[in-house]
Amino acid sequence: MSDNFTVPKALSGTGGWLDDRFHGARGLRVFMRKVFPDHWSFMLGEIALWSFVILLLTGTFLALFFVPSSAAVVYHGSYVKLDGLTVSQAYQSTLNITFDVRAGLLMREIHHWAADLFMASLTIHMLRVFFTGAYRKPREVNWLIGIVLFTMGLLEGLFGYSLPDDQLSGAGLRIFEGVLQGIPIVGTYGAFFLFGGSFPGDSIIPRLYILHVFLIPGLILALITAHLFIMVHQKHTQMPAKGNTEKNVVGQPFFPYFMAKGGAWFFFIFAALVLLSTFAQINPIWLYGPYNPVQISSASQPDFYMGILEGSLRVMPAWEWSFLGHTISFSVLIPAAVPFGLILTGAAFWPFFEQWATGDRSWHNVNDRPRNAPIRTATGIAAVVFYGVLWAEGANDVLADFLQIPLYTVTWIARVLVFVGPAVAFIVTRRICIGLQRKDAELLEHGLETGIIRQLPNGEFIEVHRPVNEDERAVLEAKRVPALLPASGSEDENGVPAPASLGALGRARTIANRAFAETVVAETNGHGNGHGNGHGPADEHAAVGADSGHAELPGGGGSDGESTDS
Amino acid sequence: MSDMEETGRTPELPEGSEVPAAPHRVIGTPPPSPRLLGRGDGGGEAADQAPGGGGVAVAEHAVEKLPTEPDYPEHAKNAEKIVVALFLLAFVAGCGFIAAYIGLGVHTVDKVFRSNLALGLSLSVTLLALGTGALIWVRHLMPDVELAEERHAMRSTDAERADFQEYFKEASGASQFVKRPMVRRSLMLATLPLAVAPLVLLRDLGPLPGTSLRHTVWSPGRRLLVYGTNQPITAAEFSAPGGMITIVPDGYSDDLDALAKAAVILIKFRPGELDIPTRTQGSTVVGTMNWAVDNIVAYSKICTHVGCPVALYEQTTHHILCPCHQSTFDASTGATVIFGPAPRPLPQLPLAVDGSGYLVAQSDFTQPVGPSFWERG
Repeated sequence: MSDNFTVPKALSGTGGWLDDRFHGARGLRVFMRKVFPDHWSFMLGEIALWSFVILLLTGTFLALFFVPSSAAVVYHGSYVKLDGLTVSQAYQSTLNITFDVRAGLLMREIHHWAADLFMASLTIHMLRVFFTGAYRKPREVNWLIGIVLFTMGLLEGLFGYSLPDDQLSGAGLRIFEGVLQGIPIVGTYGAFFLFGGSFPGDSIIPRLYILHVFLIPGLILALITAHLFIMVHQKHTQMPAKGNTEKNVVGQPFFPYFMAKGGAWFFFIFAALVLLSTFAQINPIWLYGPYNPVQISSASQPDFYMGILEGSLRVMPAWEWSFLGHTISFSVLIPAAVPFGLILTGAAFWPFFEQWATGDRSWHNVNDRPRNAPIRTATGIAAVVFYGVLWAEGANDVLADFLQIPLYTVTWIARVLVFVGPAVAFIVTRRICIGLQRKDAELLEHGLETGIIRQLPNGEFIEVHRPVNEDERAVLEAKRVPALLPASGSEDENGVPAPASLGALGRARTIANRAFAETVVAETNGHGNGHGNGHGPADEHAAVGADSGHAELPGGGGSDGESTDS
Repeated sequence: MSDMEETGRTPELPEGSEVPAAPHRVIGTPPPSPRLLGRGDGGGEAADQAPGGGGVAVAEHAVEKLPTEPDYPEHAKNAEKIVVALFLLAFVAGCGFIAAYIGLGVHTVDKVFRSNLALGLSLSVTLLALGTGALIWVRHLMPDVELAEERHAMRSTDAERADFQEYFKEASGASQFVKRPMVRRSLMLATLPLAVAPLVLLRDLGPLPGTSLRHTVWSPGRRLLVYGTNQPITAAEFSAPGGMITIVPDGYSDDLDALAKAAVILIKFRPGELDIPTRTQGSTVVGTMNWAVDNIVAYSKICTHVGCPVALYEQTTHHILCPCHQSTFDASTGATVIFGPAPRPLPQLPLAVDGSGYLVAQSDFTQPVGPSFWERG
């Protein structure tokens, strides 16, 4: 506790021994004091990290008992209701883990819940990064790694829940095989190679097993490591606040603060997963029964992260082409490839699209508030609505039953909403962002409403405003607006048009640039202290427009603007 | 003022100082700053974007001493007691977890659930107590500090870049890689087979599909067995109109690979309700009234969309529904698609009656069953 605390010999001796060999003190000294900024939204990615750790722990336990084999055996285990049934060894060993291995059921459920939490937190983490613009230079590569991680997580989950060979997961595999078969030219071969012949065959369980416990987790682990190293190396972004600049990072040091908080967070996440596993049963495979291709139950929903694919399959009308002895099944191909493809490739290209549209090649370490980037935020919300509609359609039978409306009506609503929803969401979100910017501008101009009404000598009533304080002002003024690029076809003083603005691409870029650069500008620099309430619509202090208050074009300033960026 | 949080008293106002206290924190803005260390003179310039301009006089890695005492020593004493209590609770609950593991057996459903409850409860209490203890520790025992650390441009300096380019050129030159194209090209050629080899090695993952997707195990005279009992069935036994049963081929009732294609549903209609127009594909008949026996018709149970078993049947409308993606087929008109993503009717199995009166197949399906594939045509 006191200043003259001495490090015990055991620790300092070992440390010295190691440092003699690895030169570790220099780096660790810096790392101990490494600053991590604090914000609730920065803990979302951490949930994914800790879920993955819990997945590794519980998965290792399960692998000690699970038998990845399709070989048929007659079940005579503890779950007497299935006694005498012919099942696969995979299914039998999963029943044994559940009913004969102590804590086996708990581990299975933690593993399954952790997988769901992993994907959920990954999704929300990606949304956070998107909406705050944390993917911008220099973090584009980490954004791309994140997208690959998300895809890997999907596959890992799909393969994992297919392993127990129960009725529900078998139906999922059947759909997977059907979709695979639908791929033009190579699909049939792909399905036969993956399944080792006809569906279901004896090969798929051991093959999925090695992918699930070795290859994909290895890749995920490697990518997470890269993700974290890059994050540490580039230093975390921070939210706008007083004292937070593009050139510093403000927060608490790793040791002991971040370490203790991270540890506490791990325990909380683990505890939440254990509580879920104790009180909210998930994947009761003994109730589903062993897989048989002849059987199915209604309300067969996959885990939530596959919901968008399921919904896409359900929403699709029956389109198919047959020509020259070949068949292209659009009713399978479009749902399998397009929605997720749009979202993931769109996400992957977005940082570069935004750079192209804004001409902004400077680095960004202070995050945007979503309202201050209306086009980005509106696009993100449109994608969320698109995803959400298809996701909900994945449970259209459950929805129809729950809402007591015809099943086909639900599907038709989804068919319309999947197009209309994102468009409306885009427009509404953009308006909301601009509205919030107006409010910010108003706060800067007039200060805060205090709720105090005063009567002036002339009898007029006014509400007293107080100016925003420094902390608030720092946040409100942290808005960065993209620079206006030269209009398409416009000429400089020598009559030379800007080359980048020519042609169809140039015009598109100008349109995109004007959209990105739209902003609300606070008109006064004054400290709006307490003057009147007389600003009605006629007295508009906030101007919407793409014509003022823009940052200078970056590029000239600093060490970052030179070459190599494009 | 619903969008504001009341966090304290209003600071003194420059004007109108008789104004009493009012809520003063804007949502989305930070609470009052904690003790700030290591922030230099220029640290307050929030609008410092370009990484070249404006100086933040912060040491590269803050070397300021962290305070050794918590901010509120009296408060910390209480916090310490709580933390210790929580850690002790975690210990006790952890022991409880081990005790539950040793003491509570499994092997029946009830015992498993009891064990699960005890293990789950004790483990979650352990973890919650640990987490809460650690959190109170860091929030109330450790002094609250905030450090500012300088960021450096990721870009190497021009000198470093130039050095790198120089080294690279030198090394490339020394390697003779550029100067001797035959070495370079033959090396690339040499590695080509190795690059292709992994693809070749995957060839034995499975047999080629061949025509296997076009056939099922149904053959002329093969009896229809009722799924579950595995007994053959006569037309007279399946006499109740409106019923639907699942059928498996005789000899393959336990062969999942065969069943994944050959499973069949059998539906009995009232006289006059069944009206299957004869449909052909090229010269092949793929559906006709003649394949029904005594108003009993057999369709493939494998959905033409992605292969789920079409298991739901609505007697009054004669609709067959696939529970996976809701493709709906009209059984009375040859299982034609009336809704959903399935691209074509369920294939019809030609039925006949053998010498003993049992329902048998006239032949295999006349078209591939199940989902579409490239070679299907």
